[in-house]
Amino acid sequence: MSQDLLYIIASIGLFGIGLYGLIVAPHIIRKILAINIMSIGVFMLLVASASTVNGTPDPVLHAMVLTGIVVAIAGTALALFLAGKIHTLGQASDKDGH
Amino acid sequence: MFHTPDLKEHNHANELSVVTRILCAIAIGTLSLSLIIVLILTDNPSSSLPALVQHQLTQSGVQNPVTAVLLNFRSYDTLLEIGVLLIVAVAMLPNSNFNSDINPDIPSDNLSGGRLVSVVTNAQVNPTLEAVLRWLVPMIVVMAGYMLWTGASLPGGAFQSGALLAGAGVLVQLSGRLQFCFTSTIAKLLITIGLITFMIVAVGVATTTGVILQYPTELAGPLILLIEIAATLSIATILLLLYNSLATQIFEMSPEPSAFNKQPSAQE
Amino acid sequence: MDSLLNVDILLPMLVGLPLIAAILTTLAKGHGLRASISIAVALIQLIIVVALLSWLSNGGTSLEAQHQRYSLGGWGAPLGIDLTIDGFSALMLALTATLTLVLTVYSRYYFFEPHAQLDKTARFWPLWWLLIVGINGLFLSGDIFNIYVTLEIIGLAAVALVALDGSRAALTAALRYLLVGLLGSLCYLLAVALLYRTYGTLDLAQLSVIAEPTAITWAALALITTGLLLKTALVPLHFWLPLAHGSAPAPVSAILSALVVKTSFYLLARFWLDALAPASTDYGLIMLGILGAAAIFWGSIQALRATRLKLMVAYSTVAQLGYLFLLFPLVLSTGDTRDAGLTGPAVSAIAYFIVAHACAKAAMFLVAGNIMRTFGHDDIARLHGLAKYMPLSLFTFAIAGASLIGLPPSAGFISKWLLLNVAIDAAQWWWVIIILSGGLMAAMYVFRVLNIAFISVDEKAQIEPKHLPTNKLPTIMPLCAFFLAMLTIALGFNAELILDLVTIGDDV
Repeated sequence: MSQDLLYIIASIGLFGIGLYGLIVAPHIIRKILAINIMSIGVFMLLVASASTVNGTPDPVLHAMVLTGIVVAIAGTALALFLAGKIHTLGQASDKDGH
Repeated sequence: MFHTPDLKEHNHANELSVVTRILCAIAIGTLSLSLIIVLILTDNPSSSLPALVQHQLTQSGVQNPVTAVLLNFRSYDTLLEIGVLLIVAVAMLPNSNFNSDINPDIPSDNLSGGRLVSVVTNAQVNPTLEAVLRWLVPMIVVMAGYMLWTGASLPGGAFQSGALLAGAGVLVQLSGRLQFCFTSTIAKLLITIGLITFMIVAVGVATTTGVILQYPTELAGPLILLIEIAATLSIATILLLLYNSLATQIFEMSPEPSAFNKQPSAQE
Repeated sequence: MDSLLNVDILLPMLVGLPLIAAILTTLAKGHGLRASISIAVALIQLIIVVALLSWLSNGGTSLEAQHQRYSLGGWGAPLGIDLTIDGFSALMLALTATLTLVLTVYSRYYFFEPHAQLDKTARFWPLWWLLIVGINGLFLSGDIFNIYVTLEIIGLAAVALVALDGSRAALTAALRYLLVGLLGSLCYLLAVALLYRTYGTLDLAQLSVIAEPTAITWAALALITTGLLLKTALVPLHFWLPLAHGSAPAPVSAILSALVVKTSFYLLARFWLDALAPASTDYGLIMLGILGAAAIFWGSIQALRATRLKLMVAYSTVAQLGYLFLLFPLVLSTGDTRDAGLTGPAVSAIAYFIVAHACAKAAMFLVAGNIMRTFGHDDIARLHGLAKYMPLSLFTFAIAGASLIGLPPSAGFISKWLLLNVAIDAAQWWWVIIILSGGLMAAMYVFRVLNIAFISVDEKAQIEPKHLPTNKLPTIMPLCAFFLAMLTIALGFNAELILDLVTIGDDV
């Protein structure tokens, strides 16, 4: 099995697993984790596409992955923040309700 | 699919039925498989971009091709990406009151009186961590500086060293002795300095070369270093702010005391 | 130095100026200072866009093609990133600048409540301007990875703005919007990976030249479509929109419905009809049209059943977005113009529709915001006799509704008429029926609200303002909404203006 084939299967596989988790998992943290897994799949495909015939890897793809990682961090942080605030508000309203 | 976000473990009320999940799995599996097959069957012509980058590398001011792409050829993307970090930084800033915003002497939710870092009195200090940090934090700062400097020729650069510095900040916060206040002026300056420097350089070079973001060839290296230094400061501050906002949300479910119980909360 | 004073310096200025505004409003102290900076920047942005448009329409067709592209960093595609502009994107930029100015003025008064403790403007203004950076950047971008970054900017800023209220409903809607947005962006990024693997370039113009109808191009187009359909909230992927647009502050709802959902639609049109046109199959185009028709029906039905005014307006957006997707099957009918890029009678009609809908929908959301501010709620059933207290707002609502229905002399009428023309020319009668019945259903849900507000039948359900003296609305807030509604009438009388704009760059 060539390396390229291995990475293609792994990256699309991760994307699919993440997509399944996003749709099916009920807990919000799992959904956020699923999005992270999907993004790792895409980054893996990008990095694996960077091999060239003469050995030096394609730098444009690496730059794309670096940018993508930063964007993924930002999205995950915002999602966790919102989830935490919803949880805190839910706790407060539970206490008031009793 | 996404009704109320579920925050309790083992809440089986919202789960999809087994049939739906199996159908979902089959659908996703089929799509993934077909995509893999399409990818395998396509033979890719080699891209001309790596050769182009190699060709122009000497004029870019750095020797590392990834840094050249990030900060010279496609610097617009990096500029926008620092903008993305600013978005989440602003979104997760602690709240400010109308009055204390203008007059910092009026106490707001944060009690540190306008300074970025302040010492917490009667804090729950983790003594082992604090002792290690006396040695560790300076080493981390030196390493971050090295990664920043070496980004021109070896793997490294602004994002990596910014992440290192943020890690140092996280450790400092975990030790319990120091507390960060991100609504102070100096914090806001640090958050925006990366973007400000980038824009000043972008417009400044245009007065010489006539095109936005086109560095003059002999100044390219120093300009890239300048942008990276400012970006490192911004990225480190923003990442630390993100961690701080997430960590100071008080979750009343956890019974054990944490280092954050004495700190003002980030709630509404 | 003299190439700096060229007119195409205005292109990066449209991205740089809101970015400067975002930085300044982050650093500024005091809500008054932030608002003043914002209004000044919005004015300058409008002036820049007007200058850009007048240059484009006077000399655009006679200049060489490269003056409509700006190579950032001087490298030029495919090594660097290019900014491009043509008629359609110029129109979108003009729409953005106009709406930004009106909504900025509105927001200056909306967020300053006399008895509020919390200063929301510290977060609102930087996020607002970063959203504008993303929108301008998207319309100007000529590079598919750069488009991904601008899509993320728009998505994250929009989510943060929806969550501004801090109420549980707003936070939940924002979180759902965020997850959907991230999913859409990831699908788009995967497609970018596929396209780069196959064609070796990230530039839109180069892709449109070398794209071939192979399986992998089709896979990339399918992924892009899925991702962008999630962001444009086309039925059946629309589930996140009504609550997100319904729980956001009024100016945020206005810009989300008017502009943000249109950015992903613009990208869909760009990819299907321009960059990856060889890969777009007839079957796919018709499929998009069918989904659009489903959106018109489903959105209108839900709007009729909505209990809150803001939810009704949000469902109306879902319905009106369906009209946009009629672009794709109608382009089929005009035959071989598919390779000509974003031009043609169908594109002109849809461009006009976008402008008309943006102004009308923004006006409606502002009216809903005014009602919410004055009375503390926006339950439709409890709005009996509203006309007594807020006549200007109701009049605005009526005019905006007339544009959505498609009554003359509004811009909505002109845009529907253009669409009907294209459909009749192609003898595709089923689209004609769908367009007309969509107008009928819009009439039903608009008149339902007007009926309750103007004809106060039920004496016991009369509306009572919250605290009448202290909640007096500053006059400028209804005036902003009124201005937007009048804009639809003005555009209805001056159809030539928009249509000439869209056809710029045709002969180049």
